[in-house]
Amino acid sequence: MTSVNDVVIKIATVNGTGSASANGLLRKSIFRMGVPVVGKNYFPSNIQGLPTWYEIRVTGAGYHARSNRVDIMIAMNAQTYARDMAEVAPGGWLVYDSTWPRKNLLNREDITIIGIPFSRMCNEHFDGARARILMKNIAYVGAIAALLDIDVEIITELLEETFAEKKKLIASNMEAIRLGYDYAMEHFPCPLPMRVEKMNATAGQIIIDGNTAAGLGCMYAGATIGAWYPITPSTSLMDAFRDFCSHYRVDPETGKRTYCIIQAEDELAAIGMVLGANWMGARSFTPTSGPGISLMSEFIGFAYYAEIPAVIFDVQRTGPSTGMPTRTQQCDIISCAYASHGDTKHVLLFPADPAECFYMSVTAFDLAERLQTPIMVLSDLDIGMNDWMVPELEWDEDYVPDRGKVLGAEELEKMEKFHRYLDVDGDGIPYRTLPGVHPKGAYFTRGSGHTKYGAYTEDSAEYQDVMDRLLHKWETARSMVPEAEIRFSKFNKAAILTLGSGDGACKEALDRLEAENVGLNYCRIRAFPFTDAVRDFIAMHELVYVVEQNRDAQLRTILIDDIDADQNKLVSLLHYDGMPINAGFVVKRVLEEIAKGRAA
Amino acid sequence: MSYIAKPRITHPGLAKNALGLTSRDYEGAVSTLCAGCGHDSVTAAIIQAVFELDIEPHMLAKMSGIGCSSKTPAYFVSQSHGFNSVHGRMPSVTTGANAANRDLLYIGVSGDGDSLSIGVGQFVHAIRRNLNMCYVIENNGVYGLTKGQFSASADIGSMPKKGMPNQQEPIDPVSTALSLGATYIARSFSGDKEQLVPLLKGALLHSGFSLVDIISPCVTFNDHEGSTKSYAHTREHYNHVVDVDYIHPSEEIKASYEEGEAMPIHLHGGDSIILRKVDDSYDPTSRASAFKYLRERFNAGEITTGLLYANETRDEMHELMGNVDAPLSSLPLDELNPGKEELAKLQNRYR
Repeated sequence: MTSVNDVVIKIATVNGTGSASANGLLRKSIFRMGVPVVGKNYFPSNIQGLPTWYEIRVTGAGYHARSNRVDIMIAMNAQTYARDMAEVAPGGWLVYDSTWPRKNLLNREDITIIGIPFSRMCNEHFDGARARILMKNIAYVGAIAALLDIDVEIITELLEETFAEKKKLIASNMEAIRLGYDYAMEHFPCPLPMRVEKMNATAGQIIIDGNTAAGLGCMYAGATIGAWYPITPSTSLMDAFRDFCSHYRVDPETGKRTYCIIQAEDELAAIGMVLGANWMGARSFTPTSGPGISLMSEFIGFAYYAEIPAVIFDVQRTGPSTGMPTRTQQCDIISCAYASHGDTKHVLLFPADPAECFYMSVTAFDLAERLQTPIMVLSDLDIGMNDWMVPELEWDEDYVPDRGKVLGAEELEKMEKFHRYLDVDGDGIPYRTLPGVHPKGAYFTRGSGHTKYGAYTEDSAEYQDVMDRLLHKWETARSMVPEAEIRFSKFNKAAILTLGSGDGACKEALDRLEAENVGLNYCRIRAFPFTDAVRDFIAMHELVYVVEQNRDAQLRTILIDDIDADQNKLVSLLHYDGMPINAGFVVKRVLEEIAKGRAA
Repeated sequence: MSYIAKPRITHPGLAKNALGLTSRDYEGAVSTLCAGCGHDSVTAAIIQAVFELDIEPHMLAKMSGIGCSSKTPAYFVSQSHGFNSVHGRMPSVTTGANAANRDLLYIGVSGDGDSLSIGVGQFVHAIRRNLNMCYVIENNGVYGLTKGQFSASADIGSMPKKGMPNQQEPIDPVSTALSLGATYIARSFSGDKEQLVPLLKGALLHSGFSLVDIISPCVTFNDHEGSTKSYAHTREHYNHVVDVDYIHPSEEIKASYEEGEAMPIHLHGGDSIILRKVDDSYDPTSRASAFKYLRERFNAGEITTGLLYANETRDEMHELMGNVDAPLSSLPLDELNPGKEELAKLQNRYR
């Protein structure tokens, strides 16, 4: 196998051994060579001692999804050695720690085995058990640098940046890099036929995970109150918000904070706090995952009916129940779309990558206040916790937060009487007031039946009047949500439709199918309710492959429900094993369908 | 229809407070609770307390959950925003609202079902945070709206209207709050307005979490012979231990309170309350001795009332968190957003 800037490196380690920083160093050094990379974590729901993998896809073409191929396996975990070796693509390489003997039966004829005595070298050069383990990780980065022709200058530069405050560590880390590098250079033909070469495809790009970007987006949107209950894989979103706020939201003189993060006793309380804060006029949010959405559902229905803004991030993980909490899925689409009892439906946003997590955080706050309703941002573990290359985030200095229809003291003073749920403008969105502003603005916020004036009712007509107006507001929301991304390659009768983290795999699949003379159009949905453009897109095709990452075709179900899409046209391609979807899967499934006689 | 607008009739002779408002200005809709319900007396006491404290109606937020008690915020101060949330979740909504705007006064009205069963988790965690609010429990030992099931505050041996007596240990909100470190804990009786109004005033002005547990009999489902939450039983076993007088900042603390019997407590806003000990042996500043006293009297079948514990030294939630003095909801975006250049700069770490 020969290639430049198209290689997948997978590193198998034991979790809790500090391999994350070594893997980050490797990924960053390739990125700094101007070469696009994708970084994926496959980790156990555990703190220490279980197998974990990090996969770096070097993709000169700039694809975003994982590859379903492994070219170079760095097998540092004896426990998973056999399966790690089995995973290497024919013609690939396996690097292992040759300090210890390896059984001959663990051999494959079609791959090259590279043994490097990482442990022995590190034991000889470093003192202390912890340092030896950490340096062993750094040493494999050095070995890969030699094997792939990664610029050691760049590695040095990165170590200098990382340890600017702890200069001693630069020397010891460089020593470990050298150990791996020199050993590989001396004993193996370097570089391998699959290698990395400098290019200029990362200018203006960053590598970031979606939770960090969303936390940053919340700070930029002016959120002041975050309430949450820790749950994987959403936890790092609040961690990011806290980190940014502790830097930018503390008065240097008084030390006082302009943010408030409340670790709630459970998700029931977290959403209650978010509603209380938004009701009071602060921008407030909660990050959670599927089980949290289940617990929040009673309050989400309340907020829908009492019309209170809220921003909820659902970083989806593999369900049902505890499921596989460190694996990814798009399995909460239906539970979020219709969260709660009674007739409820909610606006959902579907970011496809960390950059959209940032921008959609801001959009979510604007829509929540404009529409006076909960907005759910459906990310997933793949987007939230993996490393994606995206264009540098930008901020528009002219941005003005959309606080929606809120009456101030002066307007209230002039009014005869304020009525909370009256559709004054005919768009289904009433006016609201904030407590503490004016006595005329007072009303009783309730989840019980209410009239358009805000009073309690058990009268059928009065109740239905409000429910119908909420449906009118739903149609208004349809015209306000982010538009789908639609691509027509040429006149095709068939198309692929997906959402969220399916984007990267589908776009790559489109390229590969094109090469096989299968031309498909593309629609990537960015919000629910579905826009007219999505309705038209489905209508104009004979066949639409709906690609999603759950077992029960949840996106397809709500397409049929919300815009009456013709179900006979919608063919599901479902990927739900917990791993991020890859282009190979989409290509294979489309070709299978075509072989069955489906339109292409 | 259980919402009835109350006709506004002004009597020229009605007393006015410092804001020029009469007590009628602090009323709400007509109550739809059963005639004789203890909760209506509590509503009346709340109206009197906020009227006499000169509270601007729009600076009060009325919070509640679900149940008979939770309906009552509709029956007082109609010029305040009210939030009738979901069952047992009033504390979390109040936490968020208070986090957003610390300038308002928060009164939460809950019941024994709302606070001690479905909402017990939120009740205890609001106390842990020392959330600055006045938390009223209208405690009648039963679920009224679902017709008379025992609540978690029902005493062992208390008889229902039909069926077997309660055998489970009751959850006492007062000793629960005491063990969790609530900073103002009072118990009273809906039938004793004289004691209740000053306790509510102190609770409203206290900085931090104040609990007022009010025995408020349910005339329909729990006022019969054999009930330990009936009017008759409460009156018979009522034990005043510490009473309170509220002192406006403009008033001088009268010298007639003798050392040992009376104790002034200075509240954050400049107001004071005077504790008048009815029982000399009671020390309302000691959690340990308060707990011991309460347990002993409880075992003797008595209902101990009054201001049972007060601590004005502990910081409330915002102070504990180090938040700015201005309401977070009032901060403009330019105080919250580091801007375009800073965004470009901070992304260096992602390259």
